[in-house]
Amino acid sequence: MSLTSHDIARIARLARLELGQHESERMLTKLNGFFDLVEKMRAVDTAGIEPLAHPLDAVQDIPLRLREDAASEQVDREANQKSAPAVERGLFLVPRVIE
Amino acid sequence: MAALHDLTVAQLVARLRAKEVSAAEVAQHFLARAKAHDALGAWLAMNEEVTLAQARSADRRLAAGEVAPLLGVPVAHKDIFVTRDFPSTAGSKMLQGYQSPFDATVVARLAQAGAVSLGKLNCDEFAMGSSNENSAYRVARNPWDPQRVPGGSSGGSAVAVAARLAPAATGTDTGGSIRQPASFCGITGIKPTYGRVSRYGMIAFASSLDQAGPMARTAEDCALLLSAMCGPDPDRDSTSLEEPPQDFTAGLGASLEGLRIGVPREFFGAGLAPDVRAAIDGALQEYRRMGAQLVEISLPRTELSIPVYYIIAPAEASSNLSRYDGVKFGHRAKQYGDLVDMYQKTRAEGFGDEVKRRIMVGTYVLSHGYYDAYYLQAQKIRRMIADDFQQAFRQCDVIAGPVAPTVAWKLGEKADDPVANYLADIFTLPASLAGLPGMSIPCGFGAAGMPVGLQLIGNYLAEARLLNVAHRYQQATDFHQRIPVAVDAAPEARA
Repeated sequence: MSLTSHDIARIARLARLELGQHESERMLTKLNGFFDLVEKMRAVDTAGIEPLAHPLDAVQDIPLRLREDAASEQVDREANQKSAPAVERGLFLVPRVIE
Repeated sequence: MAALHDLTVAQLVARLRAKEVSAAEVAQHFLARAKAHDALGAWLAMNEEVTLAQARSADRRLAAGEVAPLLGVPVAHKDIFVTRDFPSTAGSKMLQGYQSPFDATVVARLAQAGAVSLGKLNCDEFAMGSSNENSAYRVARNPWDPQRVPGGSSGGSAVAVAARLAPAATGTDTGGSIRQPASFCGITGIKPTYGRVSRYGMIAFASSLDQAGPMARTAEDCALLLSAMCGPDPDRDSTSLEEPPQDFTAGLGASLEGLRIGVPREFFGAGLAPDVRAAIDGALQEYRRMGAQLVEISLPRTELSIPVYYIIAPAEASSNLSRYDGVKFGHRAKQYGDLVDMYQKTRAEGFGDEVKRRIMVGTYVLSHGYYDAYYLQAQKIRRMIADDFQQAFRQCDVIAGPVAPTVAWKLGEKADDPVANYLADIFTLPASLAGLPGMSIPCGFGAAGMPVGLQLIGNYLAEARLLNVAHRYQQATDFHQRIPVAVDAAPEARA
């Protein structure tokens, strides 16, 4: 399998990454080099094998853990917004989305 | 009397308790030393006032007679843990200057145990890398040879401990990021069982693999730190295990008579450098002298762990890193048009090359039409790899082999070859995928006098056994006590 420059543009769009012309070309080479490495994996017979998401699921049942939906701490808006790029009156500013 | 920086954590604890030295004196000593050796590139953030305030607070607790396990001991944190008192960057431009409103659980627990924070340590961007060369900020240098990499991604942690600029440090390990730099820098590190240590406040890379652990000079010190770090965090990390905290120092010293050490034949193939092999063979013979029995085992999918890991980790990373959009925190591009353009430019500017590559791979393998063939297939083989370990543990109690195929390489040597970097992770990835605890302990020196690490892998929750197996080796050998003498020979001469 080989990716094309068209694939790179599509994936970059999905990933919300702007890639310049030169960067796209390098990305294509590197990604194709990487996917050569992955080919071996695709040939493995995995019929009947359950995918493993939580590693300890290999030896025990891992139940999804839920907790009470109760407020346990005060939200400090000022501290939380301290590192935001643009804030006004406690709101995060973004470019206009709806005209 | 030995210099403060030559003492282990256990020895420092004893000195502090006996009031032979104050926490403030210890903190000042290490701050001065870290500054004098700044050219090694271990630190990303330091703040003397904060550190000394914490040290004075430890002195008050000591004066009041409090007995906390690490009271007054300086520890530096990998800059992947968020901290209120220092900026947290994950080694990325994306988070330059980021001030967390809270402390990671690991940071909070170590502070509770009395540790004094020496600041934040260099690492590969978002913990992606095995040479620390992906740090957006600065080069970290191996104290044994400043022209070589310290390993990664917890490179700064390994440098700080090996050069004795900090008695201990925290690290994180997703595919080997504690074990490999520990091996390259000749120190001791343990990656616990997945879920032993809370991931809360650890800047996420691959959530089903990320695990925090201590890095120090001895197994005993790692045991002390891990005891303080581990334990359930049910309200904040839904994958943290319910295992209660444990005192890992309690079992240190038990005999290894009759211990069955599994030696995976796949770890000793053609890819293993002869100098590393010689050091590992020597360590295995040492264990035999201590009464352990060597058993040949097979981990047949060792090679497959590379593609499996490099599908799963980027998939999870692409999802985790989607939060960096220039809205709530972190970098935002200066010039942009609409919202999507802002996202795309912000992410293009904020992320480095390796992070972008992994986001691209992850996005692709999770995209419509490719999910089953890549991501799901990788997760299925992941289970087969985990099952292979369970098969192996029927024949042995711990597994031993090399951490990495070679000693630390030269800076720049593999910088533009991601696949070469990935291949070098072959021996650490299997235990990561299976979620098993793994260690690296110094076991000799290879080419150019660079350290070699022995990897020990235990079954789930077998950290106590692993630490004892490491501790007994350190009682019988002195590799962990060797120091990179050049560090103190001419610190000002280094560029």
